[in-house]
Amino acid sequence: MPTTYLEAIREGLWEEMERDPDVFLIGEDIGVYGGAFKVTAGFIEHFGARRVVDTPISESGIVGAAIGAGLMGLRPVAEMQFADFISCGFDQIVNFAAKCRYRWNAAVPMVVRAPSGGGIHGGPFHSQNPEMWFVKTPGLKVICPATAYDAKGLIKSAVRDNDPVIFFEHKALYRRIKEDLPAEEFTVPIGKARVARQGRDLSIITYGAMVWVALEAAETLAAEGIEVEVIDLRTLLPLDRDTVCESVKKTAKVLLLHEDTRTAGMAGELAITITETVFEHLDAPIVRVTAPDTPVPFSPPLEEAFLPNAAKVIEKARWLHRY
Amino acid sequence: MPAYPAPDLVRLYRALRLIRRSEEEIARIYPTDKIKSPVHLSIGQEAVSVGVCDALRADDFVSPTYRCHAAYLAKGGDLKAMFAELYGKASGCARGRGGSMHMIGLDHNIIGASAVVGTTVPVALGYALALKREGKGRVVALFLGDGATEEGVFYESLNFASLHRLPALFVCENNFYAIHAPLAKRWATARLCERVATFGIPAHMIPQSDVLEIRSKAAECLEAIRAGAGPAFLECHTYRWREHVGPGEDYDFGYRNRDELRPWQDKDAVSTLGASLDPGERARVDAAVEAEIAAAIEAAEQAEWPDTRELHNYVYAD
Repeated sequence: MPTTYLEAIREGLWEEMERDPDVFLIGEDIGVYGGAFKVTAGFIEHFGARRVVDTPISESGIVGAAIGAGLMGLRPVAEMQFADFISCGFDQIVNFAAKCRYRWNAAVPMVVRAPSGGGIHGGPFHSQNPEMWFVKTPGLKVICPATAYDAKGLIKSAVRDNDPVIFFEHKALYRRIKEDLPAEEFTVPIGKARVARQGRDLSIITYGAMVWVALEAAETLAAEGIEVEVIDLRTLLPLDRDTVCESVKKTAKVLLLHEDTRTAGMAGELAITITETVFEHLDAPIVRVTAPDTPVPFSPPLEEAFLPNAAKVIEKARWLHRY
Repeated sequence: MPAYPAPDLVRLYRALRLIRRSEEEIARIYPTDKIKSPVHLSIGQEAVSVGVCDALRADDFVSPTYRCHAAYLAKGGDLKAMFAELYGKASGCARGRGGSMHMIGLDHNIIGASAVVGTTVPVALGYALALKREGKGRVVALFLGDGATEEGVFYESLNFASLHRLPALFVCENNFYAIHAPLAKRWATARLCERVATFGIPAHMIPQSDVLEIRSKAAECLEAIRAGAGPAFLECHTYRWREHVGPGEDYDFGYRNRDELRPWQDKDAVSTLGASLDPGERARVDAAVEAEIAAAIEAAEQAEWPDTRELHNYVYAD
């Protein structure tokens, strides 16, 4: 039976809590209610209130407590109800957690789970992709899985990691993406990208929900004789530069794609990385498809206009192929 | 007030004297620019750290504010590692990566101090959460200033600590100024203990900065906390004698007046407790303290700078 992206995260957390008694969950409404998206439904009944800690609406307090418990050797997994609310815990993450090791060689083995992304008509404060706030912060790791397999394997790796990890779960993928997962236990390494589709003509480098948009576009383009390679970054920090550059060497043309807004998005970092490393292999300017530099609108036609989609990618890819 | 046998008074005096003299030495050295870090001195405020930390067990934790030298030393933090940190040397307690505001001493259960006002409060409660799970009766004494009570996270933390009956002793060092702004310009009312009490947390104000009263009240609170009563709160009035940041005085800055200082100097814990000791005993303590500080300064001056090849180390575990 196929497993959804949401169920995959849930299974990963469950297995890690069974494996290691130091792992515990902390967040708003994660106990009896099971969290806003039901990722932790059933956990409190099985693991008890000592390991599934419901909190007040206090993001700074939640992250702070997770940091302290992590410094004491526990392995907290803090849930932000929506990634947008992480701003209330921002100082604790970027000033405190990210710099503990550098200041004191002290481990903060904490995961902050952050349901992010648009396409659910959530409006400006329930739809953002705030990953770049954290990619700019040395000391953090930032993960954005696209598949159920990666969501499970990466949440397990995140729990075991000895550095603070921000784990972005794309809300639009929660119940839309399903796949058969191996029966045996597995993890996915942090910091390794994945070739989601092989191709020779151009590379689309992307992550999160946009992996599926890239694959949809690649299908259409294949029918036109354009073979697209799709790179799914999976982890944004640390960035897997090798996989990115290998793909560029192979295809010589690059389209960068993200759902995050345009200015200072991941595309900028990827473009300079490629330019610094494999410029001689490029046969065309690097191009990007992103959301525009606006907040995320609520109204369905506006949100549809805001989000990148296959049609926008196809149009840009055709231009790039002709170049 | 319980009577203290002589050895306790000597111990308290030694701790007070060590902090006072260490910071006076910091101030003396500062103009030479050998101490590279900005410094927030606790001179005048020592009694709070010493009174509270003396009541703690060695296996309890303390979480200092960014004005952290006093709590760090009162909990037994290594003096050489502190001076080396102030000098930015590799042997500093944060390897020269933190400076004055980021002292840490994990071998004495001193949680790392941090420079953003109020940020250590929820982190200390994370320690308390872990200590509650551990169930050995250990406690975190978490220090904060009056300014930190203005941060939203302070109220998040009071609520969370009380809700989960965490083993935490909040110690508010109320020195009446946040940087240079007086309480009257910052607080709608001065009734801090009443505000805290509404969270179901027993709150006590100690207005005279008497080190024995602070110690006694802290010990009483700690006993209840260890028995599972949940957090307690101390508001200790105190006074910062020097400028907010830096080695000097600031009574000519226009925001406060030297007349405010005198009553605090009259009841200064270092001199009053010192005067109550046998003069010979006091002289022995003073000499030992001077020797310890001189050795720490000498070690810091001789210590190596961090190797710049280490710049990229300690960002991640691997």
